[in-house]
Amino acid sequence: MNTKICVTAQGPTLEAPVDDRFGRCANFIFVDSDTLEFEAIPNPGAMASGGAGIQAAQFIVDHKAKIVLTGHVGPNAYNALNAGGVEVYTGTSGTVRNAINQFQSSQLTKTSSPTAPAHTGTGRGRGRGRGGGRGRW
Amino acid sequence: MKIAIASGKGGTGKTSVAVNLALSLRDSVQILDCDADEPNVHTLLPLTQDQIQPVFTMVPEFDETKCTRSKNCSAFCPTHAIFVSDQGITFFPEICIGCGGCILSCPSQAIQEGQRQLGVLHQGMTAPGIEVVYGELDVGEPFVVPVIKAVKDQAKNSEGTVVLVDCPPGVSCPMVESVHGVDYCLLVTEPTPFGLHDLRLAVDTVRQLNIPIGVIVNRAGIGDQQVFTYCASEDIPILLEIPHSREIAELFSEGIPFTQRMPDWQSKFRELFQVIQEGIRK
Ligand code: SF4
Repeated sequence: MNTKICVTAQGPTLEAPVDDRFGRCANFIFVDSDTLEFEAIPNPGAMASGGAGIQAAQFIVDHKAKIVLTGHVGPNAYNALNAGGVEVYTGTSGTVRNAINQFQSSQLTKTSSPTAPAHTGTGRGRGRGRGGGRGRW
Repeated sequence: MKIAIASGKGGTGKTSVAVNLALSLRDSVQILDCDADEPNVHTLLPLTQDQIQPVFTMVPEFDETKCTRSKNCSAFCPTHAIFVSDQGITFFPEICIGCGGCILSCPSQAIQEGQRQLGVLHQGMTAPGIEVVYGELDVGEPFVVPVIKAVKDQAKNSEGTVVLVDCPPGVSCPMVESVHGVDYCLLVTEPTPFGLHDLRLAVDTVRQLNIPIGVIVNRAGIGDQQVFTYCASEDIPILLEIPHSREIAELFSEGIPFTQRMPDWQSKFRELFQVIQEGIRK
C-alpha cells in the first residue's frame, strides 16, 4: 500500500531544501512513497503566534500522512503526531528528494521523543528568566 | 478607593512603598499583592491567619464516546490546544486560554466545561490590622492573569477602605489587569536612565487606561535629573522622593518596613495619601 509522507520544506518542490522547523516550516510536501507524486501546500500556521506545532500536526493527519520527515519537533507537536499514529523522523537534511531517499533506504531513525525544547506561544517574558516568548519551531 | 502601585520594571521598591503606605494609614487598609509570580508583601507583613482557596480556570472536558470527529473544536481553537485524529482527542491544557469556543463549536455536545487549578489565593489579617491578599501560581503554570483576577475580586468596595494594589512589574497583560479599574496609579521609579526608560513605558500604558498618575522616586540621589525633567514636561507630579539611604536599605534587607523605625516618614506617606485623594477628585 502506498504511504503518504509529509516533508517540511523551504520551497514547493522535491528539489527544495528540507525546512528544519516543523510547526513553522514554509511548506508541507505530501509525497506518495511509491510514485513520488507530490502535493506542496504552504503551511497555514507558518506565522501562527502559538500552538504552531499542534496546528501542523493536525494539518498533517487531516491530509492522511503517516510519516513526517523534518528537522526538529517540539514536545507538543511530537505528542500530537504520536497520538495521531504518525511516525516522525527528524534530523533530515538536503533536498526533499534526498530526504525521501534517505528514508526509503532506512538511513533515518524514528524519533521516540521531542527533539526541540518546549515553548508556549503565549509569550509572557517578564525579564525574570521564566518567560515564554515565541519559539522557532 | 483603589490605588495601584506599579513600575515599568522590577526591583524599584514598589512593594516597600505599598507596605509603608499601608502602615502609615493603618485603618481599613487592604493590600492586594498581584505579583502572582513572586508575591512578597506577606514577607514584610506576615499573615496571622491564612485562608487558602484554589483558583481555577475553565478548560474543556471531552467525552470521546460522543465525539464524531468533526474536528470543529480543533479548527476553532485560537491557540491550537486541541488535536483530533481518528485515534482520538489530545488536549493541551497548558495552552488553553479557557475561551469556551470549542464547547460551542462541537456539533455533538461532546465537550463540557471542566476546570483546572492554576494556583491558590491566600487571604488574611496581619499583625498591624492590615488585610493582605495574594495569589500564588502553581509551578510551571503559564497563566497568571486569572490568578490576578481572583486576587482583585477580593477587593473591598466599602467607602472608607483604601485598597492598595501591588502590581507585577512590566507593562504587559498582568500589569494591565492589575491596574485596571483603580482610581489612581503610583509609579515607582529610580532616577536613572533605565528607570526613566521603564517609567515612560508605564506612563504610556497607564494613560491609555485613563487613570491619574503620580510618581515616587526611590533611591533619590543616585543617577541623574532626567526623570525629574521628564515628569515636569509631561505634567506628572512627583509625590515623594525616598532617598538612597543605607538605613532604609538595611531595614529592607532585614524585612522591616522603614516607616516602622523612621516614624517621620509615616506623616510623609499620609501627606502623600492626601495629595492622591485630591488628585482623584480633580
Ligand atoms: S476553551 Fe478555547 S482555548 Fe481552550 S481548548 Fe477550547 S477553544 Fe481552545
